[in-house]
Amino acid sequence: MARMKFLCDSERCVECNACVTACKNEHEVPWGINRRRVVTLNDGQKGERSISMACMHCEDAPCMAVCPVDCFYKTDDGVVLHSKDLCIGCGYCFYACPFGAPQYPQVGNFGSRGKMDKCTFCAGGPEADNTKEEYAKYGANRLAEGKLPLCAEMCSTKALLAGDGDVIADIYKQRVARRGYGSGAWGWATAYKTGSSA
Amino acid sequence: MTIGKGGILGAVLLTLVLLFAPFASGLAQQAPPANDAALIEQLKGPLAGRVSIPDAKSGLLIQPQGRDWRQTLEGPVKAGGGWLLILSVVAIALFMAIRGRIKVDSGLSGRTIERFNGIERFAHWLTAVCFIVLGLSGLNLSFGKSLILPLIGPEAFTGLSTFGKLAHNYLSFPFVFGVLLMAVLWIRHNIFTGVDMQWFRQGGGLFSRGVHPPAGKFNGGQKVIFWLVVLGAIVLAVSGYILMFPFYFTDMAGMQLSLIVHAIAGMVMVAVILGHIYIGSIGMEGAFDAMGTGQVDVNWAREHHSLWVKEQSRAGGED
Repeated sequence: MARMKFLCDSERCVECNACVTACKNEHEVPWGINRRRVVTLNDGQKGERSISMACMHCEDAPCMAVCPVDCFYKTDDGVVLHSKDLCIGCGYCFYACPFGAPQYPQVGNFGSRGKMDKCTFCAGGPEADNTKEEYAKYGANRLAEGKLPLCAEMCSTKALLAGDGDVIADIYKQRVARRGYGSGAWGWATAYKTGSSA
Repeated sequence: MTIGKGGILGAVLLTLVLLFAPFASGLAQQAPPANDAALIEQLKGPLAGRVSIPDAKSGLLIQPQGRDWRQTLEGPVKAGGGWLLILSVVAIALFMAIRGRIKVDSGLSGRTIERFNGIERFAHWLTAVCFIVLGLSGLNLSFGKSLILPLIGPEAFTGLSTFGKLAHNYLSFPFVFGVLLMAVLWIRHNIFTGVDMQWFRQGGGLFSRGVHPPAGKFNGGQKVIFWLVVLGAIVLAVSGYILMFPFYFTDMAGMQLSLIVHAIAGMVMVAVILGHIYIGSIGMEGAFDAMGTGQVDVNWAREHHSLWVKEQSRAGGED
């Protein structure tokens, strides 16, 4: 089984936000929820870099560890998913997540949070694959259809790569070798303990 | 999982530093470093940038501190809190086995004197009932997934935890009101004096039969409980309301610190109150009446609160 990962090559990201839009549209993500976002560092200055960030589907996921109701699970592909039926909206996963991935709809006054929503690597949730119920809660299940996440598929510069971790790491290494520089695979050292060499 | 004794202190210090210097070490002037490891080394803090989403939080690209927070919470905080609670129960059981129920040495007189009036008892029980629900629902968030979830299954456990979370949020308001009321009613009786020093020197008479150091309305031990409750409630209320209104008052580091502080303070308070509940109920003959009916036996009062009884007599009380 492949070990699914995301990789954003910040030398290529042009901050077009197509990945963000593709994600929003594919999963009909509600207003206020951002499963994927593009962050620009050093905006307008020398060394400006944009990085597309979502759930990195960590090796030893902090969200899974801190969840008080144990609503997370990991698929055979290494994708970190959760059950919205079990989530109580406590917000612990947001404090533990190194990447700001968990999102919460506001359901009442003040800070009352609804069930957590996050990137599923286009792999749906615990419901049966590609059912109405699954789509309503988690969005499309492209992995079950043999497709990769739409954000990366849409990426016009192929800055954002999604797929088997070894394959995308190889692609990135070849790029760095050919152009002679690279600013690293953002988040890999934090998300995948062994992936920092990429 | 565990990160040793220094880990928790380190994490608290780190979060404190981050709390007071968020994004201060401007990354604006620096080019992004070669890789994650170098980047984290260089920043020693969260990495944020500009984002088109109208939500400042989403500009936080990477915060490796989330991992430290998880290690602290799942490691030393839970282990320390768990052992503290186990040891408290063991200590109470040992005390009960060795000392037994503390009797009224001179026997019950049959005559009573009013110790706590209606308002005092209302304040106490309002706080007590809230505290029990708050404590149980709080412990559920820490230990429920290991202890209760395997017994009742994930769906029922989520139902229980959802109810617990709602109860925890809403009961915080009457709890804080109850503590404030007790503070106002009793603060003048809880100033430490020389009499309390004698009480502490004699171990409050807890460990020896027939020893009854003098005490006013509250003895040294009760004063310690009073101040622990008042100060503990302040810490719990401040950290708790920060958590209840996420990101209204502070940033990510502040939220993380608040949860750690809230968890530690909560577990310490539960351990303290376990002892309080024991000595106020089955641990001492005649003690429960003080908060039950408000009327205590005169002989009980003479043994445990001699100065207070004299004061009441002078003021023209029942005795």
